Amino acid sequence: MLFCFFANISLGSVSISFKDIFNALLGISDNYIIQNYRLPKAFTAIIVGSGLGISGLLMQTLFRNPLAGPFVLGISSGASLGVAIVVMGSSLFGGSVALLLASKWSLVIASSLGSFLVLLAVMLVSAKVRDTMAILIIGLMFASITAAIVSVLSYFASAEQLQQYIFWGFGSLGNLSWNELLVLSSICFIGIVLSVASIKALNTLLLGENYAKSLGLNIKKSRMLIIIATSLLAGTITAFAGPIAFIGLAIPHITRQVFNTSNHKVLIPAVVLFGAIILLICDSIAQLPASDYFLPINAITSIIGAPVVIWLLVRKRKMVF
Amino acid sequence: MKEENQHTILKTHNLSIGYQTKKEKTAVASNINIELHSGELIGLVGANGIGKSTLLRTLTNVQSPLDGSIHINEKPLETYSNIELAKALSLVLTESVMSKNLSVFELIALGRQPYTNWVGNLTEADINIINTALNETNLSDIKHKKCYELSDGQLQKVMIARALAQDTKLIILDEPTTHLDMYHKAYILRLLQKLAKDTNKTILFSSHEIDLAIQLCDKLIVMSEDIVVSDTPKKLIERGTFDSLFPKDFITFDKTTNSFKIIQ
Repeated sequence: MLFCFFANISLGSVSISFKDIFNALLGISDNYIIQNYRLPKAFTAIIVGSGLGISGLLMQTLFRNPLAGPFVLGISSGASLGVAIVVMGSSLFGGSVALLLASKWSLVIASSLGSFLVLLAVMLVSAKVRDTMAILIIGLMFASITAAIVSVLSYFASAEQLQQYIFWGFGSLGNLSWNELLVLSSICFIGIVLSVASIKALNTLLLGENYAKSLGLNIKKSRMLIIIATSLLAGTITAFAGPIAFIGLAIPHITRQVFNTSNHKVLIPAVVLFGAIILLICDSIAQLPASDYFLPINAITSIIGAPVVIWLLVRKRKMVF
Repeated sequence: MKEENQHTILKTHNLSIGYQTKKEKTAVASNINIELHSGELIGLVGANGIGKSTLLRTLTNVQSPLDGSIHINEKPLETYSNIELAKALSLVLTESVMSKNLSVFELIALGRQPYTNWVGNLTEADINIINTALNETNLSDIKHKKCYELSDGQLQKVMIARALAQDTKLIILDEPTTHLDMYHKAYILRLLQKLAKDTNKTILFSSHEIDLAIQLCDKLIVMSEDIVVSDTPKKLIERGTFDSLFPKDFITFDKTTNSFKIIQ
């Protein structure tokens, strides 16, 4: 992981030697690119990778579904709705407001607000149903509703606004200042603490809900804790870095295959490590070393992640879960 | 068995079970008076749809009784907290376990959950109890195998071992012999009989294997349309309880062989 961390800082449109990195990190010399650009981006990659991995793991265990990911509760669709309203709906409010709204923080706020509202709606409806599976389907339904609203908005949007929205959808690990990074990391830290506190409940849930209940587990309370942890992690990450695809789904599978266990005492730290490493690698590739171009991080995570999962499944010939 | 060893583990008084909506109560069975003692193997038999599952769900506090009372270890069932109940009563259900990627040992270890700390670490005492459960069910040789490698019969033994590891005085099994062949049906029920004797636990199971249950159980609970009776198999046969279990023009109970015969 340390190697990936340094490699990530080193590679980029301007290549920086490891020696320079150490010097800059130890405060011996100043390096503007490292301090204000590469270092925050590397930290963001670590937090985003581990946070999304954890929330994917939580959702897969809670919903007993290998295809569940951090966004099944409607978090990314809510965020995209919020951003779509700010970016594309601004023409409805007039041009001057648009300029005001399009700043960086307004996107963060819009996506947090959007995911919070959609999540709240999903939770309110879910509170009425007893079956955990129903929550999954309710989340999917809300996702389709928001997608529909987004497509209506994009139909009326100008080409420029559409492009801005699509660029947000690519996801981005860069552009985070140290202040934003602090907010992101402290909220994600709370999310990870809550996940660690849920380890025992998660392991019990491996037996299925009825057995878990017979073992004295308070299902409602644990379910709430797990959902709050996921929302904190996936919600803030989406707000700051956009809807990073695939990582949340793939990391738990890769970890389970490599460690060949379903015990969350092993999985949670392993997912944190793997999530960080894999997103650092993806980001290093996305910044296309020694060129001036950046690829969208979302494209890289899927291009690299999907074949890895397929390869692991084919090699083991068995979907362990 | 000596009289002083016979602690009452489970007792119901005028229990009435069924479903309750806002408007009305639908009773499935009523006036159920049963008393189960330690070291007993009890079979719950009856036709499909007669309310065996409803009775088990009521006894395990999944649904509330319509009327009457249930006492476990002489304490009313409704006063138990989740954890207290998990230490008094363990279950083997018909549903299959969600994660087959657990090893046999890991799965049985989950039976210790009510006793372990917040992160679920096993103490030396926990591991001893798990190993005892493994030995009692002859699973020690395969304890590192993954659950997806096991046959249905082995998996059922693992689930029984998990219930043993939960270290409760009462174990309730919902149709533990479904999906199993003749040999394994008999094997599982023999194992339950042995466990009840050796560990002095009360083991209650529902089953359609009435022939086997008559041979192995200390006591049977027979559910029929109008009445729920519980007694030793011998007395139930003498009283002719089994004759009314199924439609008489189709299946009858033969007292000489203690088995059911189809009328041709």
